[in-house]
Amino acid sequence: MSFLNESILTLILLAPLAGAVLVALLPDRGKLPAWVALLTTLVTFVLTLHLPAHFVLAQHGFQFEINTLWIENPAIYYHVGVDGLSLWLVVLVGLLAPIGIVASWNAIERRRKIFYSLFLVQQTAMLGVFLSLDLILYYGFWELSLVPMAVLIAMFGRKDGARAALKFFLFTFIPSAPLLVAILWLYARTGTFDFSELQMLIASGGLPAGPLCWVAVAFLFAFAVKVPVFPLHGWLADTYSEAPVALAMVVAGKLGLYSMLRFHIGLFPVQARALAPWLIALAVIGLLYGACLALVQRDFWRLLAFASLSHLSLIVLGIYGLTFTGWDGAIYQILNHGVVDGALFLLLGILEVRYATSQIASYGGLAARLPQTATLFVITSLAMIGLPMLNGFVGEFLILSSTFTGVSRGWAATATIGVILGAAYMLWLVQRIFYGPQSDLATSRPARDLHAAELAVLWPLAVLMLVMGLAPSIWIPAIENRTGPPTVKGTAALSSPALTVAVLKEAANESRR
Amino acid sequence: MNASLHLWLIPLLPFAGFLLNGILGRRLPKALVSAIALLAPLASFAVVLSAVLASSSGLALPYTESCPIGWIHAGTLNIDFSFVFDQLSLVMLLVVTGVGFLIHIYSVGYMAHEDGYWRFFAYLNLFLFFMTVLVLAGNALLMFVGWEGVGLASYLLIGFYFQKNSAADAGKKAFIVNRIGDFGFLIGIFLLLATFGTLTFSEISAKLLAAPAWQGGILTVIALCLLLGATGKSAQLPLYVWLPDAMEGPTPVSALIHAATMVTAGVYMIARTHVLFDRSPFALGVVAIVGAATALFAATIGLVQNDIKRVLAYSTISQLGYMFLGCGVAAYSAAIFHLMTHAFFKALLFLAAGSVIHALGGEQDLRRMGGLRKKIPVTFWTMTAAVFAIAGFFPFAGFFSKDAILYAAFLQGAGGKVFWFVGLVTALLTSFYMFRLWYLTFLGESRNHEAHPHESPWSMLGPLVILAILSVGGGWIGIERFAAFLAPSTGEIPTAGGSASLEIGLSALAVLVALAGWWIADRLYRKQPETPAQWAAAMPHGYKLLLNKYFVDEIYGFTIVKPLLAFSKFLLGWVVDVAILGGAAWLLGGIAQFAAAILQRWQSGNLRSYAAWLALGAAAVLLFLLLPATLGLHASGMGR
Amino acid sequence: MNPAPLQLAAHGIPLAWYLLLSAALFSLGVIGFLIKRNVITVFMSIELMLNAVNLTFVTFAHQWHAVKGQIFVFFVMMVAAAEAAVGLAIIIAIFRARATLAVDRIDLMKL
Repeated sequence: MSFLNESILTLILLAPLAGAVLVALLPDRGKLPAWVALLTTLVTFVLTLHLPAHFVLAQHGFQFEINTLWIENPAIYYHVGVDGLSLWLVVLVGLLAPIGIVASWNAIERRRKIFYSLFLVQQTAMLGVFLSLDLILYYGFWELSLVPMAVLIAMFGRKDGARAALKFFLFTFIPSAPLLVAILWLYARTGTFDFSELQMLIASGGLPAGPLCWVAVAFLFAFAVKVPVFPLHGWLADTYSEAPVALAMVVAGKLGLYSMLRFHIGLFPVQARALAPWLIALAVIGLLYGACLALVQRDFWRLLAFASLSHLSLIVLGIYGLTFTGWDGAIYQILNHGVVDGALFLLLGILEVRYATSQIASYGGLAARLPQTATLFVITSLAMIGLPMLNGFVGEFLILSSTFTGVSRGWAATATIGVILGAAYMLWLVQRIFYGPQSDLATSRPARDLHAAELAVLWPLAVLMLVMGLAPSIWIPAIENRTGPPTVKGTAALSSPALTVAVLKEAANESRR
Repeated sequence: MNASLHLWLIPLLPFAGFLLNGILGRRLPKALVSAIALLAPLASFAVVLSAVLASSSGLALPYTESCPIGWIHAGTLNIDFSFVFDQLSLVMLLVVTGVGFLIHIYSVGYMAHEDGYWRFFAYLNLFLFFMTVLVLAGNALLMFVGWEGVGLASYLLIGFYFQKNSAADAGKKAFIVNRIGDFGFLIGIFLLLATFGTLTFSEISAKLLAAPAWQGGILTVIALCLLLGATGKSAQLPLYVWLPDAMEGPTPVSALIHAATMVTAGVYMIARTHVLFDRSPFALGVVAIVGAATALFAATIGLVQNDIKRVLAYSTISQLGYMFLGCGVAAYSAAIFHLMTHAFFKALLFLAAGSVIHALGGEQDLRRMGGLRKKIPVTFWTMTAAVFAIAGFFPFAGFFSKDAILYAAFLQGAGGKVFWFVGLVTALLTSFYMFRLWYLTFLGESRNHEAHPHESPWSMLGPLVILAILSVGGGWIGIERFAAFLAPSTGEIPTAGGSASLEIGLSALAVLVALAGWWIADRLYRKQPETPAQWAAAMPHGYKLLLNKYFVDEIYGFTIVKPLLAFSKFLLGWVVDVAILGGAAWLLGGIAQFAAAILQRWQSGNLRSYAAWLALGAAAVLLFLLLPATLGLHASGMGR
Repeated sequence: MNPAPLQLAAHGIPLAWYLLLSAALFSLGVIGFLIKRNVITVFMSIELMLNAVNLTFVTFAHQWHAVKGQIFVFFVMMVAAAEAAVGLAIIIAIFRARATLAVDRIDLMKL
């Protein structure tokens, strides 16, 4: 077992990549690529489950760490590891991949080989982003996660894929350039790309403050576009409405938010603290803005895009509140958002395949014809709204209460208004699709409720939402075992730079051991 | 005595019923579905009774039970699933599970021919689950779970006939308006957390007890936030608008959720957090004003409504106003007392109305009823008991509880006298519109010749009879004994300044007022049935104002909903998203294109020109590198 | 070991001569590349430049007794050979497509 513990991260990274190669080599015949991809993602998922099963709660710092020299000069290491920050995110990526395959099962009807192959490459890239502890390695995976996405949006877009792909490309690639420059600047100054070493060196104050500030901004800019943070969300709605479901469900949120936690605040706590008030303001604006715009969308993908903007903004609020509990809530909410958004994408994708439109007005009265779909849709919507006992509530409550008690009452109260609007647009969507008299569209097509594979995916997800709402204690202890600020329980840890340095040094030493 | 009461069974049994019926119900025979659905609340009721017996045989209250696995433990935050059983939750539990069980029985008959029978009972059990969680909750967040949960159950049940747009609309409206209230509750919870560092009710009480001089300030803010939550759930001004629409749901739902139990959650919450309200006279005053205003306001609308269920809905709002008034004058036990008796007679009113509707094949319009007394005698007599109870006739249940609130208000100084007077006027209006309903439904000639009324089955009439008995005798326990029983929970001290003669005098006045209401209704709807129409014609504006419920829905739509949508659509959707953000992207694109147009001249396609540029560049670099070196050589040569 | 600058140890021919020859060859290559129109000639000019550089490498390798320079020459020769093969193939393809070998008329790269 110790061998497995030592190489599990490599296996996790290699499994989808091997699957991608296999899909590329095998002939593009019928559903064969889909089956291979499904099998690969399931294997990957099982491998990711190894992590929480053997994660030692008592041990601080990174676990399952691998650190071998890759390139001598410049000093690039193959350095991977997980802590509480990334542990469940890796599992989440593992979980969402098979769901994405199921969502693509009937939606992708041509050029399956390319689709599934690139999908698996993208999967590797996302896992790599969460696992990498070397900045160049991280940057490589970060860029790699964007390429297949852009290609697939262009190839498999619904109406105007090329335009959406270009928009996505410009919005996400351009900010990556300053990120690379910033990473190289750090290397030029310190001679290392290693996360922990950089963290310590920056904290010890050896770097000039002025350029460091710009470096921090470059990091933040790249991440903020990827989340997206208002007003950098221009790509989101187009991508949601054009990208294949399997990709759209993984594109927003996770990567950017995790990178903020680990690489922006983790590396530049002092600079992040200075910028935090602005980000809190942007987050609350984005929260209300997204909710308001979700109210008036006519296309359900666009509605989902703005709803996502709203929910992701809430997580940004939790992150930049810089409180311990807020981070718990933010990380938990990333997981929630992944699960709930994944289920919603799957459901809406199913509707779109069945009825060939995403215009909300065409729908109506489907509950009588597709009762299972309606039930699952309502459960998922309620989780999204943040109904207590479902998962969304725990994250929302942790973020809002920590913001309220530890950061700013005004912003927290304003953000809470977004919670009301959330109920409004989601319930209205449910009503327009499922309730009321049956529309022409509903009666003109044969009613095909969910089939076995879809049920086999969606019910476990619904149960997961319930379990995550009832027993967050399964997840939170591991989430709290993380490196990086804010480290002191319950208090705003970064009140003084000296304390920060001490805490960071301790954390870095611990992770070395 | 430290035996476990197994409180967790009280909510979990209905939840098990919900799961069974919700997952398997579609495939189960109706009889089995009903058996599961009925057993769940019955078993809960039995557990409650056993807990009551345990407490009467010496179990110390409050009794607390916590789930060994915590709920949210993050950072400094520790929130558990903890249940508290004390006098207050005891009364509420008895009402919720008891009345709930009766309404379940009734529903078996009422819903017998409906599609989605299993779905209905699954939702009903789900409601009981959340309601018992709400009542048992030992901390504010768990109460919020139940609070939102009953809202969900209410949403699902109002929208039960989801093919009807009006039903789906009403469900959505109820949920969203409740959410506005929940916003207040949530902010209140945050404030509690920030102020006390805990959400557990007992710890908050202990901290307040330790600081006896602490008054007002943040406590007022917390209390007002909680009040906002309560006004949403209990349909008080200004958030009452969802309740009349909620009548789109099946009638047993209206009886259970929108009359007897859920809507009283706000009252229960104020009583549960009374330690906060007690420290803030201002907040208490606001509670009383909201209560009195709502009571009068809703009663005036109730005067002219023609839908039998809507009359009852406005009457519910009005009676809830009484309960708020009771809370507002710190007479929590009187408010809870009224809550209990109201649960009996209002559930009865709704169920009887349901029986009437059932008898007439779905007719709800009072103008198309009449003369049903002989046709459906059991319904008539039970409903009569309820009408007398709500109008406040001695010795019906409503008399005792309403009187207790009015008396408590009267003793609260000058402001209290105003509240008392408002309450008295409301009592007059209540008596009038209830007897109006009574006359229009049961007496006179039938105004509906197509219908062939038939008495309902005994599964429906049985609960009616039991509730009728409770509506008559439910108040005989008397407010003194009731208040003494609740005192450990509500912490009330009997108000000084009252006297037996004053109390009797006020009671007599209240009965006289009720009689007056009956007399007016008798004049208008039996003796001279043409008069109401003449009055309406004489005052068309006033009548229309009342008939259209003061146009509050329209005002809200015009001032909140429409502007919000327009704001989202035009300002955010067009001006910000398209014009500013899109424009910025377009501008950047334009700059790039402009630069490209200039730079592309270099791209002549001529290979030799590229090569020439290359050579020139190389030469320039060479020169740049060599020039300083040569100059340096010269310099050193000069130096040598 | 620091041999006298600008002196080649073996035959007494100064280092500078080698370098001047190399520079002359390179310049001829550049000029040929710039003024000739025929693709083949242009191609030959490139080879000339490569070989001029090779000469420099060998010169310095000999001068400093460092074998790395000679190894590099082999690399350059390999690349040049590959380039010749690919380049000629491209030229033939272009000739087939456009029936000309004049570089000025091959301007498909224009934007």
